[in-house]
Amino acid sequence: MTSGADLLRVEGLRITFSVLGGEVQAVNNANFRILPGKVTALVGESGSGKSAISQAVMGILPNVARVGGKILFNDPTTAAKPIDLLSLEREGEEIRGLRGTRISKIFQEPMTSLSPLHTIGNQISEVLKIHTDAEKAERRARTEELLGYVGFANPKRAYDMYPFELSGGMRQRAMIAMALICRPALLIADEPTTALDVTVQAQILKLLRELQVKLNMAMLLITHDLGVVANMADEVVVIYHGQIVEAGPVEAIFRNPQHPYLKGLMAAVPHFDMKPGERLKALREVPVKAGTLLGGSAADRRAGPDVLLSVHNVSKTYGTRKSSWFGGGESTLHRAVDDVSFDIRRGECLGLVGESGCGKTTVSKILMRAVTPDAGSVIFDNGEGPVDVLKAQGDDLQALRSKIQMVFQDPVSSLSPRMTVKNILSEPLEIHGRGTAKSRVETVRSLLQAVGLDQRFINRYPHSFSGGQRQRIGIARALALVPELLICDEPVSALDVSVQAQILNLLKDLQKELGLTCLFISHNLAVVDYMADRIAVMCAGRIVELAPREVLMRNPVHPYTKSLLAAVPYPDLDRQLDFDRLKDSEGSDMRRWGPQFRDDDAGDTLTAADLGGDHFVLARRSVDARELRP
Amino acid sequence: MLRYILWRIAAMVPTLLIISALVFTIIELPPGDYFESYVSEIKAQGEGVDMEQIEALRKEYGFDQPAALRYVYWLGGMLKGDFGYSFEYELPVSAVVGDRLWLTILVSFVTIIFTWLIAFPIGIYSATHQYSWGDYGLSLMGLIGIAIPNFMLALILMYFANIWFGISIGHLMDQKYLAEPMSWAKAKSILEHIWIPVIIVGAAGTAGMIRRLRANLLDELQKQYVVTARAKGLSPMRTLVKYPLRMALNFFISDIGSILPAIISGAEITAIVLSLETTGPMLIKALQSQDMYLAGSFLMFLAFLTVIGVLISDIALAILDPRIRLQGRSTK
Repeated sequence: MTSGADLLRVEGLRITFSVLGGEVQAVNNANFRILPGKVTALVGESGSGKSAISQAVMGILPNVARVGGKILFNDPTTAAKPIDLLSLEREGEEIRGLRGTRISKIFQEPMTSLSPLHTIGNQISEVLKIHTDAEKAERRARTEELLGYVGFANPKRAYDMYPFELSGGMRQRAMIAMALICRPALLIADEPTTALDVTVQAQILKLLRELQVKLNMAMLLITHDLGVVANMADEVVVIYHGQIVEAGPVEAIFRNPQHPYLKGLMAAVPHFDMKPGERLKALREVPVKAGTLLGGSAADRRAGPDVLLSVHNVSKTYGTRKSSWFGGGESTLHRAVDDVSFDIRRGECLGLVGESGCGKTTVSKILMRAVTPDAGSVIFDNGEGPVDVLKAQGDDLQALRSKIQMVFQDPVSSLSPRMTVKNILSEPLEIHGRGTAKSRVETVRSLLQAVGLDQRFINRYPHSFSGGQRQRIGIARALALVPELLICDEPVSALDVSVQAQILNLLKDLQKELGLTCLFISHNLAVVDYMADRIAVMCAGRIVELAPREVLMRNPVHPYTKSLLAAVPYPDLDRQLDFDRLKDSEGSDMRRWGPQFRDDDAGDTLTAADLGGDHFVLARRSVDARELRP
Repeated sequence: MLRYILWRIAAMVPTLLIISALVFTIIELPPGDYFESYVSEIKAQGEGVDMEQIEALRKEYGFDQPAALRYVYWLGGMLKGDFGYSFEYELPVSAVVGDRLWLTILVSFVTIIFTWLIAFPIGIYSATHQYSWGDYGLSLMGLIGIAIPNFMLALILMYFANIWFGISIGHLMDQKYLAEPMSWAKAKSILEHIWIPVIIVGAAGTAGMIRRLRANLLDELQKQYVVTARAKGLSPMRTLVKYPLRMALNFFISDIGSILPAIISGAEITAIVLSLETTGPMLIKALQSQDMYLAGSFLMFLAFLTVIGVLISDIALAILDPRIRLQGRSTK
């Protein structure tokens, strides 16, 4: 292929950032191409330099960056010779004339990428104002037309709306409209769906795919998610530590990966076809030596009643003031948790899946006594007699706290930056008055060993650890008091794929060796599928389906579960997302569920219907279990 | 929106009532009243006093009444526009203050405009050229401006104006115009004099505003939406003005509430040093001599300005920031 056929050629690209105390090489001698009308995926983990490349193409690198090499842009609409984007004057008219018209970009965070003080119509039509001679009325008309096309039901009204009045998915649609209004030859999408829920992600991917075909535009899709790559890309470029390690058509990359990093990455992603007992292969495996840690073998800890924690009809309502302080103060009630009941059995891992705002974190906070529910009860029974978690006081509560521990999502903010690892890990022991100062240090050492961290790190501060290492410290802290129930709230969603596999394996091994009981909360179905024995699916504050893992994955009954499963992009070329089906079964829209799953007409309440084999689904009381099967 | 403004105006009433009670209490706190200090002053000069006349005056102004009742009279009078009687000047308060109030407002207003005109370009320059020599130099000047008290600056300027130019700065106009009604000549004289106090009074405020504008703008310049605007192909200048500067304005508007009283009360010592015909020196004298109606009226005036300033800034914020205006309008 000649260079004339490539839309964009990156040749020998080097990007260095000057930072305090030297330079960091973000991209080192990168070479790749983007074909016109095709989707090229640039895959890499955080810090690999993929975003720096996209910024270099747009000429929007920060001031501290230094760039070398060439980025040749060959605009198909002009017959001119390819332009070297890097040779253009910084912020000069030439590069500005390309931005937004010929090359445009959408960003990861749709909340912060739009100005909160301007209407989306203003921000979108501004692109036309900069690059075309269109009159005001025409700009508005064209903007509204595109808003309608990207999925706004009422584009005339949407034009005058502010970003904070829109949901994350709608904001991203507005961003897409802004990027595409001048019909660019190249769209750079930098993690366009990472901040979105899985069902919304599927819709946005579908929209991007449709628009890309319709406008015959090339797309540079920057992502860390191999599932998104498999569903979207024609060509794949894999970047690792600033170097392109592999590039080629998507078929070759997925079916025959060559580079060890790519192979490792493929093996590190949890997917739904894993055989029972199959392990993820983390790029760097962490050996677990929990043996002597907690005193008493796993077998001892498995003795006791069958159900460790029992949650009955728990509800929590928050009042939100809908109107601002200009109008009346009528408040609406938001049911964060709505009549939720489930049991966690001794030694199992119960997965809790749901999209953002479904109430799963509120449930975990209720179990930790951080939030008091309006109604319901939570009974904890480890064989020493049942304890009501919500009513425990004084010594009972103190004892209970040591038995239920939590691992948090964000490994950065959940560790105090002013405490050493030793302080962090021995603090729970001090609070509960366990052991002497000397024995506590011994415990800290064995905790570090258990999570596979070097004991020499004991006097370091959290900032000197990577994200995965910090999360291991968080896990060690949760284990310090020898809990019986470990609540993991999105423990891997802030981590890269390769590190994610490492943490998941660690949790799995610890659970097995220590006989821990786990509540594993996540929005990622594949991760929950890998970890959990039984899975509960939450939607709008309610558990809509609860079943053993295989049953839920193979034979989901509730429309929401189905749509959730259908929306997950598989990192597998033979199982592409069915975009057409996504359209007619938008399961996140409650009004489109079958009548047997809805309670909008009065008189009939919803209850967990038993389908047999531990499979429960939320449906109307009057509906026969047989009718629920499709 | 209208409802909000009405509600806010209604909320001003109890605020001002509470302030008036506080002002009254504070003025009443020192032992004795104006007549006692007056009598002792005259006695100290060895002259006789007509105690009967004093008693009559006391009675006339209700000083024999309980404090609560006097408060009610005072408050009632103010509502009717009668601010009481200045014993020191033996004139109604409104006549004493008269011109001085307008001159004070004029000086304050010009100072605010001066502050904005200087602070805005410098703040923007500092933020967009962070860590450049220009930024360092302007920051140094700003810090000096914050550190030097106004009256000190006034003294220094007076000294050098005298040494170098042989002129005496001070006053707001030529003394011959003082008692005259407003005329073109008088206005011209005021304009000639006003810039010195404006620079002196505005120095610290300008420096502070530069610092705050710079800090706010630097925060905003890091935001993702600035990158979005650049990725659209917007020119750097228009990007700056339309997005980050617009966001940084919020702090600036909420500043209006505090800027009015700060300038008026901060200018008092400077006004004494420069012998300006503003209200500042008069307030301090009135407080010293327990001329309570005069002092009370001044303090109420300051309180009123503060409350009005806060109201203006709140309304302006609501108009300018859709998040405040519309938050809660149902989504989708």
